[in-house]
Amino acid sequence: MLERVQSERVQADRTMIEIRDVTRSYGSFKALDNASLSIREGEFFSLLGPSGCGKTTLLRMIAGFDTPTSGSIAVDGQPMDGIPANRRPTNMVFQSYAIFPHLNVEQNVAYGLKRLKLEAGEEKRRVEEALAQVSLTGLGKRRATELSGGQRQRVALARALVMRPKVLLLDEPLSALDKKLREQMQVELRRLQQAVGITFVLVTHDQYEALAMSDRIAVMFGGRIAQVASPKEIYQRPVNRQVADFLGGMNFVKAEIVEENGASLVLDTLGFGRVRTDKPKAFVRNGGAATLGIRPERLRVLWDNATAKFEVAGKVVERHYFGEITHLIVEIPGLEKPLSVTETNDFGADDIPVGAPIRLAYDPEALVAMAD
Amino acid sequence: MTAIRRFLPGWLSTYAVLYLLFLYLPVIFLPIFSINTAATPKFPLSGVTLHWYEDLPRTPALIDATWNSLIVGISASILSTVLGILAARSITRYRYPGRRTINGLIMAPLVLPEVIVAISMLLVMLQLGLSLSLFTVVLGHVLVCIPYSMTVLTSGFEGFDRSLEEASADLGETAFGTFRRVTLPMVAPAIISSLLVCFTISLDEFIIAFFLTGTEATLPIYIWGQLRFAAKLPGVLALGTLLLFASFVLMTIAEILRRRAARRTQNEGGLYA
Repeated sequence: MLERVQSERVQADRTMIEIRDVTRSYGSFKALDNASLSIREGEFFSLLGPSGCGKTTLLRMIAGFDTPTSGSIAVDGQPMDGIPANRRPTNMVFQSYAIFPHLNVEQNVAYGLKRLKLEAGEEKRRVEEALAQVSLTGLGKRRATELSGGQRQRVALARALVMRPKVLLLDEPLSALDKKLREQMQVELRRLQQAVGITFVLVTHDQYEALAMSDRIAVMFGGRIAQVASPKEIYQRPVNRQVADFLGGMNFVKAEIVEENGASLVLDTLGFGRVRTDKPKAFVRNGGAATLGIRPERLRVLWDNATAKFEVAGKVVERHYFGEITHLIVEIPGLEKPLSVTETNDFGADDIPVGAPIRLAYDPEALVAMAD
Repeated sequence: MTAIRRFLPGWLSTYAVLYLLFLYLPVIFLPIFSINTAATPKFPLSGVTLHWYEDLPRTPALIDATWNSLIVGISASILSTVLGILAARSITRYRYPGRRTINGLIMAPLVLPEVIVAISMLLVMLQLGLSLSLFTVVLGHVLVCIPYSMTVLTSGFEGFDRSLEEASADLGETAFGTFRRVTLPMVAPAIISSLLVCFTISLDEFIIAFFLTGTEATLPIYIWGQLRFAAKLPGVLALGTLLLFASFVLMTIAEILRRRAARRTQNEGGLYA
């Protein structure tokens, strides 16, 4: 088993799921609009977006519960057209967990194995192994109705993993758990995925969940895939305002395009002056205007006489205390909207008086250009 | 105001007691007079005896009627439950235009005057050229049983989490296998409950059986025939007591199972719990 996983790791860039030009229409409404995506073997991949963006529709089409109106889906090189859910090499963890209430934990986990007609010893061994993987050893005889939310989720995971699928699909698996348990399960899910080496496809509307767990993320809006990239790139180099806004806070500054060439852009802004930034891959110019973005935590307060190569000056108009950080709203002359700044409280950002003048340092690397 | 408050509780409980007496007094008389030694149902009782009960198995016509009732009851309950399952599944699982109308039409026989239904059915059977027999009685009973079967089954199927069937398919099970391993075990209590309710209704049903049977009598028809002879009354009372008891037990079991089924189909714990 271990050997197999390692040999698979070597060919890490092999494609496991190929989604090509997939559209799903309900009458005139397109739940998914011409989506193309390829998910690599052994990858933890997230489909992230607000409700109704088509992420669940896409997941259900990979599982075989829904059929594309047009386009094709292949899993491990094998086209899935016309193949029903019960014959696909995928298994799913449902949002409601769908634990069979008339069976106990062991019977739930063994449900899919029954059809494989394994030897009794082998079946028992695999069930035990799956229960151990999700830390449920010893709870095999529990009735489904006697489990907590977190335990039900683990049963759902074990029941899918025991089938040793090529792809594990997870439909908002953590949304029913409370915050603390959810954060704990994020870490566990990630660890489990790395241990078993199976391709995981997670659907979520929680950006932090996607950032914390994924190798790569596809951000979706209105049935379209807006951006596919690593969590870091998605967060730092969002392809447009919508993506930037969905993944945490972002300050948007109006900008004028002065110069455009292959790899970079020169923009004129009122608050930040003239800046040169990387040109985003999908940048399509829309007239002379563009938007410059900077994350609130990439603006640092300059204390006393400290100076920085790149700084802007303004006035604090609001201050919000959040325990380990303070959120400042800073008015900058020339900007039509004040900037949001988050600063850790180590140096007393929580004591900055409202109305005080303030200087902010920034790294030009943190500035992102976006098409308007 | 306070006067009314003081006055009401006393009257309310009196009212409640009268209410229950009105409902159950006639029912209580039945077993009481069935153990009376005298043939006429009159107080005071002249003595206690189980004689009338002992006579029951020695009456060949009664044995025949019991067999007929069992045959009709079992056939009608199975048929109406099968039809009920199909209809209840369609109404609880799918959304389509006319769903509520269809549901209403299926439930309608519940409130139609039974005499009229019986006469219409008799006309239809004769038009179809069917000779009257236990078979025609079964058809009639299916008609009156389906609404009850539907009520029990919809409450069992309602809220059946669709993702349970999807999970089964996802784990490699075929559509038939899913029905056998997930759907059926989960709704089994509702199905058994429906069988019991339909059987009980068929066992007690008189009007339709009276119109639609040929020469073979069911139990209620046998009882009706016996009522013409005053001397046979205690035997009828004894038989009635047994039927009453059987109905009561069957309906209680049916209700317990129906509630269990309704509890079971809810998939608690998830977001949509």
